[in-house]
Amino acid sequence: MIETDIAIVGAGPVGLFTVFEAGLLKLRCHLIDALPIPGGQCAEIYPKKPIYDIPGYPSILAGELVDNLMAQIEPFKPTFTLGERVEELERQDDGSFIITTSDGTKIKAPVVAIAAGLGCFEPRKPPLENLAQFEKKGVDYIIKDPEKFRDKKVVIAGGGDSALDWSIFLADVSSEVTLVHRRSSFRGALDSVEKVMDLAKAGKINLITEAEITGLNGNGKLDSVEITHKKEGKKKTVAVDNFIPLFGLSPKLGPIAEWGLNINKNAIEVDTLDYSTNVDGIYAIGDINTYEGKLKLILCGFHEGTLMVQSAFKRIYPDKKLSFKYTTVNGVQGFE
Amino acid sequence: MKESINITIIDREDAPHAIEVPLGIDLNLMEVGKGSDLPIEGTCGGMALCASCHCYVESDHDIFDRSDDEEDMLDQAFFVEDNSRLGCQIKMTEEMDGLVVKLAEVGD
Repeated sequence: MIETDIAIVGAGPVGLFTVFEAGLLKLRCHLIDALPIPGGQCAEIYPKKPIYDIPGYPSILAGELVDNLMAQIEPFKPTFTLGERVEELERQDDGSFIITTSDGTKIKAPVVAIAAGLGCFEPRKPPLENLAQFEKKGVDYIIKDPEKFRDKKVVIAGGGDSALDWSIFLADVSSEVTLVHRRSSFRGALDSVEKVMDLAKAGKINLITEAEITGLNGNGKLDSVEITHKKEGKKKTVAVDNFIPLFGLSPKLGPIAEWGLNINKNAIEVDTLDYSTNVDGIYAIGDINTYEGKLKLILCGFHEGTLMVQSAFKRIYPDKKLSFKYTTVNGVQGFE
Repeated sequence: MKESINITIIDREDAPHAIEVPLGIDLNLMEVGKGSDLPIEGTCGGMALCASCHCYVESDHDIFDRSDDEEDMLDQAFFVEDNSRLGCQIKMTEEMDGLVVKLAEVGD
């Protein structure tokens, strides 16, 4: 069991900066994120896009902001559980919480700060009627271990980098790779596109463009997919062992919605005094929260996290006095 | 120079909504729809990064010159047709007067 002062759900910019403000108050933090890397949307969705409204930076790339935040919080030795989604939250008799993740990791803390942005990123699922019944029975949205597909007949759908890269990789592993894409051209990295075209010419990838998967068949386990050519409307059925739709990620609120918090349009209602929720000991900061006048800006999230840790300190140490110190006067006293 | 234009957004239940859109304040179609309380999430805030404002252009406005970012995103969306656009990438200019769009289904 991991024990910490503040369990922060979400390792985006706001969750990260909260580690700094908590550290100034000598509070330790553990961050949990469904993505395998810290940075949230900034790292996953737009690392190369400039942000222009971070005070003191006329322009900074989202990925650079994450790198800087990681450097800034390093003295406070945050710990991370990455690539795991928070599932359950249990309140203990002593008022603290135990969070359990999708992989069974347990984190105990007297304070939980939800900094989950738009929610956790989950694979986009194509709208196929019986998709759910074949999940883990031939349908995979994420490739964790490519060996699973050795000597299998695999159909990949999608036109982005991950669809291209995995088609190239599995061409050497699987017995048959079919790549299905809705358009005739690909917009992935140029050398990946060329490689796929070469492999298609060499007969190592069966490339089907201007087409989409329109049906899944099988009895308890996927055994074929229906591919429809968009222009001619021609359908054909291809025997497969595995179907891997790769359409990127989209955010979902997920199990947080079941934690008894007041939710309004996918956001958690908070008191702007300290960004506390209706559940004592749980706070919500950054894009995930809502209040009158809320703006979903990174800089507002920084402010929210800063005020929140003051309240968290009082909850954790009700008898201790807290004196406010400027970093310019005191410097940053990191943890051992 | 006009001060406003009129457009129509057809929702997913096929109900048309006539909307007067002021010009000169840099609105895009996603913002207009959201501002009119239509069911458009606009999750990413207009960066062509989520496809929650995916719509079909139903009038004969020739506005299919999509950016690479938009094409990339449409590759990850579902129910994509030749007249698909992301609402956040359609700027509300005088030329958009009379525009009719229909909201696309959003996948799971």
